[in-house]
Amino acid sequence: MKLMIIGATSAIAHEAARQFAADGAEFFLVGRDPDKLAAVQRDLDVRGAGRVVLHTLDLNDLAQHEALIAAAYDAMGALDAVLIAHGTLPDQARAQADVEATLEAFTTNALTYISLLTLLAGRFEQQRRGCIAVIASVAGDRGRGSNYVYGAAKGAVSLFASGLRARLSKAGVAVVTIKPGFVDTPMTAHLKKNPLFASPATVGRRIYVAMLKGEDVVYAPWFWRYIMWIIRLIPERVFKRLSL
Amino acid sequence: MTANGHRRAYQSWGRYPRVEQQNVRPVYWRNNDLDLARIDGPVLPYGLGRSYGDSCLNGGGTLLDTSPLNRFIAFDEEAGLLRCEAGVTLADILKLIVPRGWFLPTTPGTKFVTIGGAIANDVHGKNHHRAGTFGRHVTRFELLRSDGERLICSPDENADLFRATIGGLGLTGLILWAEIRVQRVAGPFIAKEQIRFGSIDEFFEISAESDERFEHTMAWVDCLATGKHLGRGLFMRGNYTWPKRIPRKAAEPRSLFTMPVQLPAFALNLATVKAFNSLYYRSQLTRRTFQTVPYDPFFYPLDAIQEWHRLYGAPGFLQYQFVVPYAQDRTAIKDILRQISQSGVVSFLAVLKVFGDVPSPGMLSFPRPGVTLALDFPFRGQRTLALLDRLDEIVRAHGGVLYPAKDARMSAENFQAFYPQWREFARHIDPKFSSSFWRRVTQTTHE
Ligand SMILES: Cc1cc2nc3c(=O)[nH]c(=O)nc-3n(C[C@H](O)[C@H](O)[C@H](O)COP(=O)(O)OP(=O)(O)OC[C@H]3O[C@@H](n4cnc5c(N)ncnc54)[C@H](O)[C@@H]3O)c2cc1C
Ligand SMILES: NC(=O)c1ccc[n+]([C@@H]2O[C@H](COP(=O)([O-])OP(=O)(O)OC[C@H]3O[C@@H](n4cnc5c(N)ncnc54)[C@H](OP(=O)(O)O)[C@@H]3O)[C@@H](O)[C@H]2O)c1
Repeated sequence: MKLMIIGATSAIAHEAARQFAADGAEFFLVGRDPDKLAAVQRDLDVRGAGRVVLHTLDLNDLAQHEALIAAAYDAMGALDAVLIAHGTLPDQARAQADVEATLEAFTTNALTYISLLTLLAGRFEQQRRGCIAVIASVAGDRGRGSNYVYGAAKGAVSLFASGLRARLSKAGVAVVTIKPGFVDTPMTAHLKKNPLFASPATVGRRIYVAMLKGEDVVYAPWFWRYIMWIIRLIPERVFKRLSL
Repeated sequence: MTANGHRRAYQSWGRYPRVEQQNVRPVYWRNNDLDLARIDGPVLPYGLGRSYGDSCLNGGGTLLDTSPLNRFIAFDEEAGLLRCEAGVTLADILKLIVPRGWFLPTTPGTKFVTIGGAIANDVHGKNHHRAGTFGRHVTRFELLRSDGERLICSPDENADLFRATIGGLGLTGLILWAEIRVQRVAGPFIAKEQIRFGSIDEFFEISAESDERFEHTMAWVDCLATGKHLGRGLFMRGNYTWPKRIPRKAAEPRSLFTMPVQLPAFALNLATVKAFNSLYYRSQLTRRTFQTVPYDPFFYPLDAIQEWHRLYGAPGFLQYQFVVPYAQDRTAIKDILRQISQSGVVSFLAVLKVFGDVPSPGMLSFPRPGVTLALDFPFRGQRTLALLDRLDEIVRAHGGVLYPAKDARMSAENFQAFYPQWREFARHIDPKFSSSFWRRVTQTTHE
């Protein structure tokens, strides 16, 4: 199994990678911090990974995406699966006051995904097999007053992936959308923890299974499917008055 | 901690004492600048909170949660050396090394402890008479001090800080990663013998005879038995093996059962414990049984019930573990067992073991040659505390000491008498680091 992980230093992505490593997978890991990438590499190596190739890139540099994908194919020969996992949780208050902050958050959480998916789709469509997984979020299921910049970006990723799934299913390629709920990772370090928080290991294991099976849309943990189902049912005229 | 490793509360395992509000700072990466100096108030590393009392608590200060530091760094299978970050648990390590024919050099009675925690309490296991403490198998580690300095510590490099940090209760700095020596074993099963003994004298006979032939030895004692039954119990001993036939149900252990909520405090009372102990003792019909078992139920019987400590209800419970020098007359152990059985305060779990004479590497390490007894007491206020104070005096009079990892209440005076080297140790403490335990046992000084 040859796997590319974009945003490989994410706590959730690393947990998924550990599962693949135990199967002896080979990795092409992309992140922006070489020290963190090296720490992930050594861990996967001990856990049984085959070759692990590292690539340092700030993904907001969209102009580099084409070269990135080419480098991955050069190094690996072929790719069986890709997991796109990077992301930031923007400060909503700051984004409201600052267009640039909003657009940057949108770039990191949506445009980079759209760019990478577009580049990868062609390759996977030709190879007629494999799996492309993206980490979206339950936050993308409905715009909330307190978090709509992040939510809108994640929603864009979900919609884009949904369309891409329809296109690539004809080529036998799976597109997997992962929608985690609250996960206890560096991204949520500043939030107060409640019982709905899951561990990155729980979500990572779920991603592994979803990718092997080529599932479509996966809520992780599973109960979020029902929570979000109810939340989507609330009429907008009521929803807009809730402070969520 | 829940089964999937997600933490909900930063308490100690005994859930007593409760301390005032603590801030929590997770430590995510071993290379990041942590800038500990900028945190307000004292800091203390926190592993999985499997210590019972307040040695892993820092009331009014900040806990450095090391659980995200869970990455392996290297496994040299030629030399049997494993390097990993400080928050890696013994469970993680076993999952990695057991299928490759290795085992931990020694292990406490739960695998849900971190490497950092195992070093900071210099923990011991059922093979202490052979392997000594966990710290004996630590070849080096990296220590982060609050001034930002990072020190590699080993028996040769920064040797004083190495000795101070092993058994150093988390006070000398933050261990970022460590390298340990693992052990090749015959197999991940234990050829186990269980022997019923009717008295404490019988225990010592079996123990002396067993230590030469068995890697692992320990005993369960019925603390409520009195008179001629005083100190009766079951002796367990075993060696690693690879059985000719794999026992059934040997597959990957799962936790059977999670204690969902706290039971009311009366669930464990004198009558229930007495009945349990008596039944457990009699459950073994023949004097001696042989069985080959997977390593998990042998080393970690309590891990099968996640959150078992909730059995004790809201008031929490106290552990009490001491070691007294091995004396021919065995009066200390007998005195203490008598005190307990007469007190009417119940101890559910009582584990007895003879420590060997392999020296402990840490300045403040607890294990030393002698007999150790570990007890659990549900917290029943003053009555429990008074009994433990009486036990302290017996332990002290016999030249014994208490285990800080399990203590929530010993007096400053007794701590300082048990560990007179504490002043020398204190010179190695990082000035930014402190714990509720340390403040309790050193706030007043006693000569
Ligand atoms: C069921 C059960 C059975 C047990 N059996 C045994 C036994 O047989 N033998 C035995 O010796 N003990 C035993 N213990 C006690 C347990 O092994 C120790 O308390 C152990 O140290 C707990 O590790 P932890 O990772 O939970 O650390 P914590 O309890 O969270 O912390 C323990 C200490 O380690 C320090 N620490 C943690 N991480 C670091 C770090 N990275 N750098 C520096 N300091 C650090 C903390 O500050 C604290 O002082 C048992 C406990 C339980 C619950
Ligand atoms: N945690 C949650 O509650 C939650 C819930 C739903 C969805 N998600 C999603 O899950 C995914 C993984 O997040 P996580 O929770 O695992 O948090 P995380 O550990 O903080 O991971 C986020 C990763 O994204 C990387 N990253 C951010 N911007 C980047 C950029 N411009 N270029 C390269 N890398 C960049 C970060 O790199 P650095 O470490 O170098 O900063 C970090 O490794 C994200 O897409 C997130 O939105 C998380």
